[in-house]
Amino acid sequence: MEKQSPARAWQLPDGIDELLPDAAAQVEHLRRSLLDCASRWGYRLVTPPMVEFTDSLLVGVGEDLDLLTFKVPDQLTGRMLGLRADMTPQVARMDAHSLHGDQVNRLCYAGSTLHTRSGSLAASRSPLQLGAELYGAKGLSADIEVIALMLSMLDVAGVEIGQDLTLDLGHGDIFKHVLAASGAADAGIESAIFDALQRKSRPDLERLLDQLPASSSAGLRALIDMHGDLEVLDRAEAELADAAPQIRESLKELRALSTALQTRYPDVSLYVDLAELRGYRYHTGVVFAVYTRGLGEALARGGRYDNVGEVYGRARPATGFATDLRLLAAQLTSKEASRDAIAAPDLEDENLQEAVRALRHAGETVIVMLDGETDSRCSREMTKIDGQWQPRLRRGSLGGEG
Amino acid sequence: MKTGKLTLALTKGRILKETLPLLARAGVEPLEDMSKSRKLVFPTTRDDVQLVVMRGVDVPVYVRHGAADLGVVGKDTLLEQGSEGVYEPLDLGIAPCRLMTAAPLGFDWPARRLRVATKFVNVARDYFARRGVQVELIKLYGAMELAPAMQLADMIVDIVDTGNTLRANAMEPLDEIARVTSRLIVNKASLRSHHGAINHLIDAIAAAVPDARGPN
Repeated sequence: MEKQSPARAWQLPDGIDELLPDAAAQVEHLRRSLLDCASRWGYRLVTPPMVEFTDSLLVGVGEDLDLLTFKVPDQLTGRMLGLRADMTPQVARMDAHSLHGDQVNRLCYAGSTLHTRSGSLAASRSPLQLGAELYGAKGLSADIEVIALMLSMLDVAGVEIGQDLTLDLGHGDIFKHVLAASGAADAGIESAIFDALQRKSRPDLERLLDQLPASSSAGLRALIDMHGDLEVLDRAEAELADAAPQIRESLKELRALSTALQTRYPDVSLYVDLAELRGYRYHTGVVFAVYTRGLGEALARGGRYDNVGEVYGRARPATGFATDLRLLAAQLTSKEASRDAIAAPDLEDENLQEAVRALRHAGETVIVMLDGETDSRCSREMTKIDGQWQPRLRRGSLGGEG
Repeated sequence: MKTGKLTLALTKGRILKETLPLLARAGVEPLEDMSKSRKLVFPTTRDDVQLVVMRGVDVPVYVRHGAADLGVVGKDTLLEQGSEGVYEPLDLGIAPCRLMTAAPLGFDWPARRLRVATKFVNVARDYFARRGVQVELIKLYGAMELAPAMQLADMIVDIVDTGNTLRANAMEPLDEIARVTSRLIVNKASLRSHHGAINHLIDAIAAAVPDARGPN
């Protein structure tokens, strides 16, 4: 390999980005306001570590993350460490192991994660994950609460909860039951069926199902079309429930959930997709995601993953969601940087310094001008009037122009 | 951002020629002759649908990013790039061909590691790996038949239609990796935000496909 020339020392790896002042301010503002929002709903902040043993990172909810996780051997123990690719398994571990008692735990978190490769095309390899998880509550009220919190956070973030937003609903149990009823697992074509359903490829699915008796494959054949308005739930009841009666319970949950959501959020359009299988290995109930027009990735997604805590020593009902702050910030119109700072001269003057201290204490931004510096953020400057230092509108500055 | 209008990305060349009659039967016709125009964006008889034309490898990229809502592309391209981010609900059954291995006539398996020239490196790697064969892949962008003739590679993996090009270069097709036809693909977010309109269009196109399941 050619030696890296110093002229390229600025280059960052693919999918790794930095935030310049305006974007950083926006993302940080977003992080604070979303965590404050979660806090007002009773969700307590936790800070999971940057690295953990892969033994704990890659079990349960984390089992799909193996290839996405950067790994290094721990020189102290010889065990493998993983840099977190997703914080959800960490928070599940904290609930199951580090926090005691059987009470309901409401936890929220925010932090950088790292991916060996981009999870999707548009995505960064270092998403800034923020999420909230609700442990120890089994009922549908818990699912409704986390979805409501998610929508409330999007509202706080400034995403317009209107027609461009779609709330996807699905259920982690439906595919499991329909698959079990089909006997596909015995035929060894389970993962091929999973793949065809994920791509919604009817021709590929049909070709696979030709290997099964027509009577038992009817459910999977019908499942691929189970996406659209809420009428999907009625179609599923009619076409799937006879073959796999256990799904009646799941459909009932989805109906109750959609009714509750429509009452609370009449503007949000609901979309049901019973063949959306992301995370189906650990999802055990209602799953959901928010999509916005033109973005292939979900703005936020989550769902129920009961009993994941079992691998950490304690099975617990669990539901929650997460979002990527960078992705979210990119959807928002960036706010104009504020231009109401105060310029102060660089003088050894005790009165001046006292006045600056007082202004900063009161929440004003005061910037000391070094070496004839000017700063366009300053609309005012410290001026000595009758022996008193006071901020005054800058000469030649009209209402905020720098 | 686009509003209301659905954008359909088409693969230029042979696939385009076979796609247009199908779209016409589904009620979508370009307002001008696409083969005579140098334009890349075409309004259609439906004012809520527009067509864009590009190379096949670019179609999944446009659809994945949501720059186009739907696309028509060969299954070979999807196999090579993976289907992440898109749905592929329909097999259009058009532009049928086969993805095959091929080698010079009288090919003898070499004692060293097999060298394979292809533009389908992911497909080829996966195919040989499934057979337990470690190969050296050489990525080329065209005229695969030249590689064995010039001793650059022992074997090629390529699209085979009639096999005439292979024969003209003293080569023969060996194993079939996949049968390829063109697929309709859909952006995941578009299907959600426009599921009424898109499902309608998918149904209309499905009805226009003689046998929606394509060759078996």
